[in-house]
Amino acid sequence: MELIVRDTKIYAYTGGKTFDPQKPALVFLHGAANDHTVWGLQSRYFANHGYSVLAVDLPGHGRSGGEPLASIGALADWVADLLNAAGVEKAVLAGHSMGSLAALEAAARHPSRIVKIALLGSAVPMAVSDQLLAAAKDKPEKAYRMINQWSNALGLGGNTVPGAWQPGASLALMRRAKPGSLFIDLSNCNDYQTGLEAAAQVQCPALLVIAKRDLMTPPRAAGDLAKALKDVRKAEIDGAGHAMMAEQPDRVLDALRAFLL
Amino acid sequence: MAGKDGYTLDTLALHAGQVPDPQYGARATPIYLSTSFVFKDSDQAAALFNMERAGHVYSRISNPTVSVLEERVAALEGGVGAIATASGQAAMHLAVATLMGAGSHIVASGALYGGSHNLLDYTLRRFGIETTFVPTRDVDAWRAAIRPNTRLLFGETLGNPGLDVLDIPRISALAHEHGLPLLVDSTFTSPYLLKPFEHGADLVFHSATKFLCGHGTAVGGVLVDSGNFDWEASGKFPTLTEPYDGFHGMDFAEESTVAAFLLRARREGLRDFGACMSPMNAFQILQGVETLPLRMARHVENARKLVDFLAAHEAVGSVAYPGLESHPDHALAQKLLPKGCGSVFSFSVKGGRPAGKKFIETLKLFSHLANVGDAKSLVIHPASTTHFRMSDEALLAAGIGAGTIRLSVGLEDADDLIEDLSRGLAAAVKAAA
Repeated sequence: MELIVRDTKIYAYTGGKTFDPQKPALVFLHGAANDHTVWGLQSRYFANHGYSVLAVDLPGHGRSGGEPLASIGALADWVADLLNAAGVEKAVLAGHSMGSLAALEAAARHPSRIVKIALLGSAVPMAVSDQLLAAAKDKPEKAYRMINQWSNALGLGGNTVPGAWQPGASLALMRRAKPGSLFIDLSNCNDYQTGLEAAAQVQCPALLVIAKRDLMTPPRAAGDLAKALKDVRKAEIDGAGHAMMAEQPDRVLDALRAFLL
Repeated sequence: MAGKDGYTLDTLALHAGQVPDPQYGARATPIYLSTSFVFKDSDQAAALFNMERAGHVYSRISNPTVSVLEERVAALEGGVGAIATASGQAAMHLAVATLMGAGSHIVASGALYGGSHNLLDYTLRRFGIETTFVPTRDVDAWRAAIRPNTRLLFGETLGNPGLDVLDIPRISALAHEHGLPLLVDSTFTSPYLLKPFEHGADLVFHSATKFLCGHGTAVGGVLVDSGNFDWEASGKFPTLTEPYDGFHGMDFAEESTVAAFLLRARREGLRDFGACMSPMNAFQILQGVETLPLRMARHVENARKLVDFLAAHEAVGSVAYPGLESHPDHALAQKLLPKGCGSVFSFSVKGGRPAGKKFIETLKLFSHLANVGDAKSLVIHPASTTHFRMSDEALLAAGIGAGTIRLSVGLEDADDLIEDLSRGLAAAVKAAA
């Protein structure tokens, strides 16, 4: 569906169901240089199991208009405006990587509107190497390949989605990203220095979904975040790296189900 | 992934798509010869049917053994995924049927495998899909043939049987200029010699029966999507960008930015046309793919030796091989095919049809049959077999003469093959005398 957020056309995949603002709302927030596609299976599941789903393309990403927002704080406030545009008072947020930081900050800034947060592939701080940032700025294809290499634990495949070559799909999706968006997104992650303070302010229950073979946000990097959150539980995903929703879609889904249903 | 930029083709050919069997640790890919797969519970069953969970339901739609092959070929080509089919013909049909319906139009190279020509020129025309055939090398002809209802450009990496080299960079650029995808039949080259996606192609298919399988044991096809074509921006593909009543009103391009084509092809094409690959065939083709790099290197090495022998032989009129300077696409081949131009090529025996007939009948190592890409060397006379339905004009346009002989050079000792050819040519000279 299309929404108008801050006068900009925003696309949100609704899991194949008509969005009903009367149902509990679940908003999926993607990571750097990605779009709603990364939540395909999970978003369809929850749309058919009690939730109204908005798997958004963030501004300047995928089918959405506008420019990529330039800070995690800006993304968090944009999420509140997204809920307004959708006619939703309260929502659950599920965020991956950069999207997880946006969800965390949104829960801290807008506690009356965020009822639960699921943070996948998250870390605070989420430092990005100088090498990757430099590539993202000047040689995006090189950066896409670096991310791909570090994000797919199943480097030789064996995907549970029939016929899907996940490293190829990840690369193709990043190549669709708007020029310059990867650098902005990664800079957002790298520059976000107040995550632990935000975590301490979060009042709602939080789930940390940690891929055991994540090289982008290694499992240990979620340690401080887990300590800072008041009401937190953890789910570990075997056989997956940072691209866990694609590499182990069912395991990620089961972790979310246990938290949300 | 290992290495600076992921695994290389040699490694992917052996491993991509397969992890050792989690139940028994089997290292080889198990053959899941099962039509269907037990649901864990009702919720999982519903979720599988509604694309909320990943997995297999029924082997016409997907199968674990077949999926390994699909993933492996997609990895070798650098695509987002693949669908294995009952044959190369089925893969080509699946591509066309997924993209268009009656009233659509295709622009295709005139130098095609006879089976592809049949499908396009006779069968699809009966279903309201027209094709205009153009000279492979004439980019202006490709451009002039594009109509408002054109939905696809199509050619072979090495056009059958004259080995016209498809100028993928230029033809794909032309296609994209018109909001159209380029489909390439990469059977003759395999990803060892050429990866069409790296040069701008959008979709690739193989007759896996040939070099991928490599041993003449199994018929199959594989259709691969690069994930690069923007169906939404093109606006010409409602099958991918509008809700499909046949599958929960799904809009495939909304469902996946990069895999819309494969989603529709599997959820509609495999489901309804049913031209799926058997797990047994997938296993045999996987066995072949494991040694693809080794075999292709030898195929090309042998082919080049035979090409040089034939080109210098007084009983031979001409040899069509892009590796030769005399071939009109030599320069393009050097650019697109630096590892070699495959091992299937044609040549003409002096003395016309009687000489050609005698030549084939005298050979001992070369098997006279209708196939290519086998480990064993093969020979055929296209005008009376693979292309016999084509008119004389169409044959001429495709570069086929009455005395044209096509060889598929295998993995035997090159000197033994040259001896066999030498014996055949001597007999041909006598027959023509």
